Amino acid sequence: MTSNLVEVENVTFSYDRRQILKNIDLVVPRGKVVAIMGLSGCGKTTLLRLIGGALAPDTGEVRVDGKVVNKLSDDELFALRRRMGMLFQFGALFTDASSFDNVAFQMREHTRLPEPLIRDLALMKLHAVGLRGAAGLMPSELSGGMARRVALARSIALDPMLMLYDEPFTGLDPISLGVIGQLILQLNDALGATSIIVTHDVAEALDLVDYVYYMAAGKVEFHGTPAQVRDAALPSLRQFVYGETDGPVAFHFPAPEYAQDLLAQ
Amino acid sequence: MMKRVTELLRALGSRMVDNWIWRLGFACRFLWRTLAESGTSFRRIHLTFREIYFAGVQSLVIILVSGLFVGMVLGLQGYDTLARYGSSEALGVLVSLSLVRELGPVVAGLLFASRAGSAITAEIGLMKATEQLSAMEMMAVDPIARVVAPRFWGGVISMPLLAALFSAMGVFGGYLVGVRLIGVDEGSFWSQMQSAVDFREDIVNGIIKSVVFGVAVSWIAVHEGYAAPPTAEGVSGATTRTVVTSSLAILALDFVLTALMFRGV
Repeated sequence: MTSNLVEVENVTFSYDRRQILKNIDLVVPRGKVVAIMGLSGCGKTTLLRLIGGALAPDTGEVRVDGKVVNKLSDDELFALRRRMGMLFQFGALFTDASSFDNVAFQMREHTRLPEPLIRDLALMKLHAVGLRGAAGLMPSELSGGMARRVALARSIALDPMLMLYDEPFTGLDPISLGVIGQLILQLNDALGATSIIVTHDVAEALDLVDYVYYMAAGKVEFHGTPAQVRDAALPSLRQFVYGETDGPVAFHFPAPEYAQDLLAQ
Repeated sequence: MMKRVTELLRALGSRMVDNWIWRLGFACRFLWRTLAESGTSFRRIHLTFREIYFAGVQSLVIILVSGLFVGMVLGLQGYDTLARYGSSEALGVLVSLSLVRELGPVVAGLLFASRAGSAITAEIGLMKATEQLSAMEMMAVDPIARVVAPRFWGGVISMPLLAALFSAMGVFGGYLVGVRLIGVDEGSFWSQMQSAVDFREDIVNGIIKSVVFGVAVSWIAVHEGYAAPPTAEGVSGATTRTVVTSSLAILALDFVLTALMFRGV
């Protein structure tokens, strides 16, 4: 058993002919919380989907727990995914099922546990995210933060070894944001899991994680501890971390000369 | 000149391959996968029963009311024509044969496509747009087996039952107008119907038609939903395509089936 749960080696990926990821190398040690950060469109969600096996790389290897994800059969991939949990950007709760049924979904699909035991387990998961009292509510009756917490309870239903978080802080109020952040840490410790957080929420992520990978234009430009990220001299990273408007990341999308465009008629 | 013609032909061919042949190939592969993953729909029959409820039971009102009015109109129009030839007692035959051979399967199919087909497409399309299908995949549950196949079989099973109810209600409507309102002899109405309608030639062929329409509409509905772009416009376009394509498919298939079943009869 290697000390790294996730290993991404020299991965390249393209949508149609547009290259999204270029020669990515990344490791995630067991038990750690690692952030993949970068501007929107830099390829971090694509990288998360490659790790989850939802996409296959053009070249290179993605290994999870020693298994090459992109070479697994469908059955092997599904077996591996039973040991993974993923929190989607907006929760992705099943809208025709209550909070309780959402959390119980995987238990009913993958185990033969009796219904009373499933009930107890689902309530325990909801209790862990503070929403046991909302077990009977439908997703349409939950606030954004509550929906994200129910989705978190659902993703830990089978005690996963690896948790993948896709923009877990997007669109949350400050209290919900803090709650989700603390839950990520607590659940990682309680489950003995490893977590990968894809985010561009710098302040929250740097307080939370053990290690950071910074991506720009499909490449890993920098990696290090949160302290090293804060002190990094890389101009684009500094601009990203401190939210500077002026820097190597241009405000304007590439376009023809302004005057030339206006006078084109 | 020659170059322009070649370019035009090339563009037309490319459009044909991209828009039609590719889509048809994808739809056929999708149907094959749906059939291959149908085990869950029957092992866990409650999933299919649930879809029969949504596609079938919830379509009952529109099917029964439409059937009643179509039968009543047939009674009025049929009586008007038959009375000219002094054979108004044959009204029961005209109403029943029109319904079980043609109008029952076809009109019920068109109503089913509008009511249930569009709902199935919209539901699957929205599940895709809100990442519920991706979440299911990440939870090691195949959405084709869990979401698509039960809806497909729910539609296939519901359609012949709805067509039968449509025809029965239509016959009742014809009876109300012909016998109760106009005064056609009740004994002639029922006895001529009984002697003229053949179980194998008329009833069974009508059932076969409705099963074929059920397969076509359900296939189109689940495929359009699954292939819909995950945007508001994408889902809306897919829903419209389901109704249009299903309606055209029903009418075209009806011609082919009628030509095969009733030639020389």
